[in-house]
Amino acid sequence: MEKFTAHVGTAVPLRRSNVDTDQIIPAVYLKRVTRTGFEDGLFAAWREDPDFVLNNPAYAGATILVAGPEFGTGSSREHAVWALCDYGFRVVISPRYGDIFRGNSLKQGLLTVELPVEAVEELWDLVESRPTTTVEVDLEALEVRADGRVWGFTLDSFSRWRLLEGLDDIGLTLRHEDRISAFETQRPAWGVVVS
Amino acid sequence: MSRTLAQKVWDSHVVRKADGEPDLLYIDLHLLHEVTSPQAFDGLRIAGRKVRRPDLTIATEDHNTPTDNLLTISDPVSRTQIETLRRNCEEFGIRLHPLGDPEQGVVHVMGPQRGLTQPGMTIVCGDSHTSTHGAFGALAFGIGTSEVEHVLATQTLPQNTPKQMAVTVTGELPPGITAKDLILALITQVGTGGGRGHVVEYRGPAIEKLSMEGRMTVSNMSIEWGAKAGLIAPDDTTYAWLEGRTFAPKGRDWEAALDAWRALPSDPDAVFDSEVTLDAGTLSPFVTWGTNPGQGAPLSASVPDPESFQSEAERAAARRALEYMDLRPGVPLREVAVDVVFVGSCTNGRLEDLRLAADVLRGRKVADGVRMMIVPGSAAVRAQAESEGLHEVFTAAGAEWRFAGCSMCLGMNPDTLKPGQRSASTSNRNFEGRQGKGGRTHLVSPAVAAATAVVGRLAAPADL
Repeated sequence: MEKFTAHVGTAVPLRRSNVDTDQIIPAVYLKRVTRTGFEDGLFAAWREDPDFVLNNPAYAGATILVAGPEFGTGSSREHAVWALCDYGFRVVISPRYGDIFRGNSLKQGLLTVELPVEAVEELWDLVESRPTTTVEVDLEALEVRADGRVWGFTLDSFSRWRLLEGLDDIGLTLRHEDRISAFETQRPAWGVVVS
Repeated sequence: MSRTLAQKVWDSHVVRKADGEPDLLYIDLHLLHEVTSPQAFDGLRIAGRKVRRPDLTIATEDHNTPTDNLLTISDPVSRTQIETLRRNCEEFGIRLHPLGDPEQGVVHVMGPQRGLTQPGMTIVCGDSHTSTHGAFGALAFGIGTSEVEHVLATQTLPQNTPKQMAVTVTGELPPGITAKDLILALITQVGTGGGRGHVVEYRGPAIEKLSMEGRMTVSNMSIEWGAKAGLIAPDDTTYAWLEGRTFAPKGRDWEAALDAWRALPSDPDAVFDSEVTLDAGTLSPFVTWGTNPGQGAPLSASVPDPESFQSEAERAAARRALEYMDLRPGVPLREVAVDVVFVGSCTNGRLEDLRLAADVLRGRKVADGVRMMIVPGSAAVRAQAESEGLHEVFTAAGAEWRFAGCSMCLGMNPDTLKPGQRSASTSNRNFEGRQGKGGRTHLVSPAVAAATAVVGRLAAPADL
């Protein structure tokens, strides 16, 4: 995983709640066996509407998505995170996320920032009135800054550390392989074995 | 210290605990399917890693598979994904139930029916409906592909401690009201984010009375209100269902397992971080009108007025949902006509669900202009249903009797709605385009699905 310390970019206002992962990337795009190249699937159905915000040239090149509550609910498809990243997003800001999506995003280096509804509405107003507004997302300071305003956010210290250092989870776990082996000797003898 | 069921399962699987870090949990069973695993296997190959415990891992083919035949996957992209799973299972030594195998089926139907799902286990799968297995008192939850790779490589997962929630369902379900009505009503009550960050335990007399199939329907939809997992304490219903299944313990092992399982239920004074209550006696057939599972109402109600909701976010979501669903406020739900009825999925594709649908359809006909698809959750469910003659009831009524798979629950295989078509579906998600681009979905129980197929409009068996 790439390190994430801070990011500066422009933002897209997605004024919708309950943006489930089926909307972020419809199932038909999940048939691929690769891990990249999912940008065409991002919001595929909604992007057919010329008025959809991602089709507005004023937001071309934006790297921060500001969305309503319950973003990323539903299916566990990590393809939703890959599609956002492949399209060019580095940060999502929303009041609340689906838990599985949030976990997936933090493992892929897509920073999902939780800000209160009021802050999200302020950001929406700001980037709608001036799409070129620069938004800074600072993981070290745990702050979002735009137009002279500052919003603090929280992230559990372990996820933050992994993002700041760009660490691979499997590598971290395998440092404790002796503990895994020790645990395996104590599992009940009647436990399920498939083969 | 007194603990909940989920805490007991959690505690007995902690491999490593350290301050400021997630607990490292051991995973007893890892279920795989073709959609969320290929990139995980690629990751193993790139890093030169093996599957640590192929003997705790099992795969099936379900999302992409056709349900009109067992031989030909006509979509080349779907076929490649299926073939990739077959190659990966071969290379890494993982047992696979492929299309055409007598044990093939939707991953969350296959696991329990084989006896692989047992109380007190930790179970994961790259699929959000892994919560289904919680019905047995297992801690079961969906994971992403990075986590699939992590479990393949280490048989563990780092996990932050979730909060504990109790859902207490008092009273008794009225006759004809099912587990599906119960869970749909609950989700409308608590909202799609109501369970976020929590592991929930469903309990109370109405839950205890449910069959294992009904309990699986309830646990299955835990994710639809944001819960990480949804457990139900194991009891004699659970043990009776498990005993004798292929992977259930046998003989002295069975007795040892029972001793361990009987210690699992939450201690009487266990503390939950929050509690939700629901009176089963007040429930009636329940359907969704919108585009998330929290947008539901009793069948006897009318399409709600978006302006009647409390928050602007809810009002905006309802306005958008009604536009997508092509519904007007105030129209009675019983007047909503459907094009397609789908009975199946990991929510309602089990034998009991098919029996409920057959009971309604027996001696009746599917309405003109309505297509009804009955898709068993697994090849074994299909065989059982046929041994009871249910398939004859379905075909005599004019419904399609198909092979096992995820089918129309999600638009990944040939079974999809056409743009603008409306369905009554026993599946779990009414998201925009979930059953096919432009398709409109009403979530219902198998009994409501069957009655709807007969009437041609949303209906309950009592309307026939």
